[in-house]
Amino acid sequence: MFEGWDALFLARLQFAFTVSFHFIFPAFSIGLASYLAVLEGLWLKTGKSVYLDLFKYWLKIFAVAFAMGVVSGIVMSYQFGTNWSVFSDRAGPVIGPLMAYEVLTAFFLEAGFLGVMLFGMNRVGRKLHFTATCMVAAGTFISAFWILSVNSWMQTPTGYIMGDHGRFLPGPSWIDIIFNPSFPYRLVHTVIAAYLTTAFVVGAVGAWHLLRDRSNAHARKMFSMAMWMAALVAPIQIFAGDMHGLNTLEHQPQKVMAMEGHFESHPDGAPFILFGIPDSEAKEVRYAIELPKMSSLILKHDLNAPLAGLDTIPEDEQPPVGIVFWAFRIMVGLGVSMLALGVWSLLARFRGKLYDWKGLHRAAIIMGPSGFVAVIAGWVTTEVGRQPYTVYNLLRTADSAAPLDAPVVAASLLAFILVYFAAFSAGTWYILRLMNEAPRADEVGVKRTEQGPIRTAGYSPGLTQDPTNAGGSNTVAGQPKEDGE
Amino acid sequence: MSVNIDLTTIWACIIAFGVFAYVVMDGFDLGIGILFPTFSPGIERDQAMNSVAPVWDGNETWLVLGGGGLFAAFPLAYSVVLPATYPLIILMLLGLVFRGVAFEFRWRNPRHRAFWDKAFCGGSLIAAMCQGMVLGALLQGIDVSGRAYAGGWFDWFTPYTVLTGLGVVAGYALLGATWLVWKTEGSCQDHAYRLSFRSAIATLALLLAVSISTPFLEPQYFDRWFTLPGFIFASQVPLLTLIVAACLFYGLRKKWEAAPFWLSLGIFLLGMMGLAVSLWPYVVPGEITIWDAAAPERSQIFMLVGVAITMPLIIGYTGWAYWVFRGKVGEDGYH
Ligand code: HDD
Ligand code: HEM
Ligand code: HEM
Repeated sequence: MFEGWDALFLARLQFAFTVSFHFIFPAFSIGLASYLAVLEGLWLKTGKSVYLDLFKYWLKIFAVAFAMGVVSGIVMSYQFGTNWSVFSDRAGPVIGPLMAYEVLTAFFLEAGFLGVMLFGMNRVGRKLHFTATCMVAAGTFISAFWILSVNSWMQTPTGYIMGDHGRFLPGPSWIDIIFNPSFPYRLVHTVIAAYLTTAFVVGAVGAWHLLRDRSNAHARKMFSMAMWMAALVAPIQIFAGDMHGLNTLEHQPQKVMAMEGHFESHPDGAPFILFGIPDSEAKEVRYAIELPKMSSLILKHDLNAPLAGLDTIPEDEQPPVGIVFWAFRIMVGLGVSMLALGVWSLLARFRGKLYDWKGLHRAAIIMGPSGFVAVIAGWVTTEVGRQPYTVYNLLRTADSAAPLDAPVVAASLLAFILVYFAAFSAGTWYILRLMNEAPRADEVGVKRTEQGPIRTAGYSPGLTQDPTNAGGSNTVAGQPKEDGE
Repeated sequence: MSVNIDLTTIWACIIAFGVFAYVVMDGFDLGIGILFPTFSPGIERDQAMNSVAPVWDGNETWLVLGGGGLFAAFPLAYSVVLPATYPLIILMLLGLVFRGVAFEFRWRNPRHRAFWDKAFCGGSLIAAMCQGMVLGALLQGIDVSGRAYAGGWFDWFTPYTVLTGLGVVAGYALLGATWLVWKTEGSCQDHAYRLSFRSAIATLALLLAVSISTPFLEPQYFDRWFTLPGFIFASQVPLLTLIVAACLFYGLRKKWEAAPFWLSLGIFLLGMMGLAVSLWPYVVPGEITIWDAAAPERSQIFMLVGVAITMPLIIGYTGWAYWVFRGKVGEDGYH
């Protein structure tokens, strides 16, 4: 299947495949963990059971998504050694400690409190349970902090000194390494991306159930919360993305040239290419639709500012243009669509039609997966735009790989593809089924019994039960009754 | 330089502690996975699964610490050992994917449950076997030239590594069985007692076989074990193992509940000490010492600060999580 491809290319493919899969889950669980903390906090504060029901509804989904995030993450932490051993040997002294900090401060925190969050409802008090939820949410954020610091250091390395054997050694200050120039931008942009991703999933699920039953109070609540997020956070994200781009222009100009499709330099005002087909052979963008001078305006805030193009960069230091160009457009296009949906929802809200406009609900459903696509497109822009380096301008990708033979890497890549598709499509299917169940009063949380009656649904013994729902007590844990279909 | 030597030794101890913590904690989860098909579907399997569901993620995190810690503190060892055992590592990771998702997936659809139960068992078995074989591959030696692995792709596959692989599988099964003795009741517990007996016998037999063959792999090992004065010190390890094993069998016969688990841990601890006797101070026997592989002092100090601050906290809240789920699982699981 992979004949004729060299080990390096296969290793890159394998990394791109496994990390893209991994990131899909954290993008969701970073946002969802915070959403769960908000829901439980609101429940504790207001005592309204709708928040508790929503908490339990999303907790089941979180449990499945989180498990997939964890197992795909463990694969990642070993990929550096298996496929990128030269990189590990050279960059290990600098980035290794940051990743060790991630384990110590984030992974243990998440994992330690996850059990209590999922199953501890009857075993600890409400406050303590809420604390556990907050700790899991904090853990996901801290995890993003460290791993993005690592990645940003590879993009914009600072604070290191060169040692023997081409090794990067830490300089006098770790602060210079951790807070490297692109890190603040990347952290803000990525964490907001995770929140947006979750908001659009929650919004789509809410909209789905509104289309079935407009009076469903739970669906209304989640749809409304999600649309507030979309309306308020999408503009912030676009602003953050713009700042991120300016930062990239300063530190990684080649990447921006590829994003913009600027093969040539423009001494007096560069056009913004909306669409076109970049042709790396001919060094031009064919069929380009351009807005004259707009690129200079966006990047330099001056219509006539000169912008250098890829013609100023030696051939063997240029990133591939086509992928970066398109991935960037996908992300930006989705960002703008998210904003549009947010504005539409505001309009509906102020007209008092938020729960009535079927068009809006349908659009929200279509936009449900948009966050995932945008996030992956963003990362492809970032990572492919960094090529041909792993540590920008210092260590080439070709010099980073492990001394592996192509058949070995091909075999493992094939194994990853098969296993990931099998395991994660099953997981995605289970998540979709959970989402398809309407959220209702007296949600059961994560349940662990094969048969037998479900006990009181709440985690505080005194909760009142909805008698209309008593029929639910003979269903298998977490399964709807119409399960036989 | 002298400071560095001490730091490096400290780091070697930290990594060893991490590996030990991983082996005992994930060891019993994986062991339950290995024994899973012998439990009857329904209450018994649910109990077995529920006894680890709240803690497995925390247990597995020690594996990330082991790998991540090696990357950070001994980058050269990380970048030599992983390519040398490449197929084993990949298989282990894939095994862990299956057993990890099975914890959640098996509850999601009753009709798929039989499949995920198999995945749980198969994944655990593969992961355990691979871990044991990586250990064997390390002990039997790895070809290094310059700063990279120089051997072939299947050097790790020998009768010796198969033996160590089986040893780890049996050992994990023992941990899993004794854990279930402690955490379950009724028919599930009766079954766990029987399994404990059998896996204890298998573990000890394999431990013996590995112990006999190891000293002949490298002259260094032989000297450690069979020449004075090392012999006097080293011989305590097998002696203690015998005593602990005797207590274990006695305890199982007397139907002790918690003690068999702790005694099995004792056997693992002694096994690790035996390893340390053989290996020290090498990470890759005869090729790379811990000092060759060590990260620079600044990296080590930075991480040591982190470990000193976070490790007590981690042990604290992990202990608390175990405390919350103390006692028997019961038939309804946790909710
Ligand atoms: C919901 C997700 C999402 C959305 C709607 C956007 N982005 Fe983004 N973008 C990301 C998610 C993301 C990301 C996944 O978080 C990336 C990948 C790496 C990174 O730092 O953030 C990213 C990278 C990234 C980069 C590359 C930076 C670099 O590699 O140095 C730029 C220039 C932008 N973004 C700009 C934008 C603009 C102008 C947007 C709006 C119109 C936008 N992004 C919307
Ligand atoms: C989670 C989101 C991420 C995604 C979707 C992603 C995506 C990618 C892609 C598509 C490539 C292949 C680029 C190419 O070869 O042309 C790649 C390469 C790589 N990335 Fe990332 N990446 C992510 C995060 C990270 C992080 C956090 C790190 C570092 C800690 C990292 C380190 C690397 C390395 C070492 C390579 C291999 C060398 C290379 O081919 O560039 N990535 N990634
Ligand atoms: C190459 C880069 C990466 C590596 C080596 C890596 C490693 C890992 C590992 C080992 C785990 C499992 C932790 C556990 O046992 O609980 C994990 C989970 C996680 N990772 Fe990654 N990761 C990478 C990229 C990222 C990125 C880019 C982010 C976020 C911005 C991220 C966020 C998370 C989160 C939040 C979890 C918790 C599980 C979940 O939420 O699904 N990771 N990662």
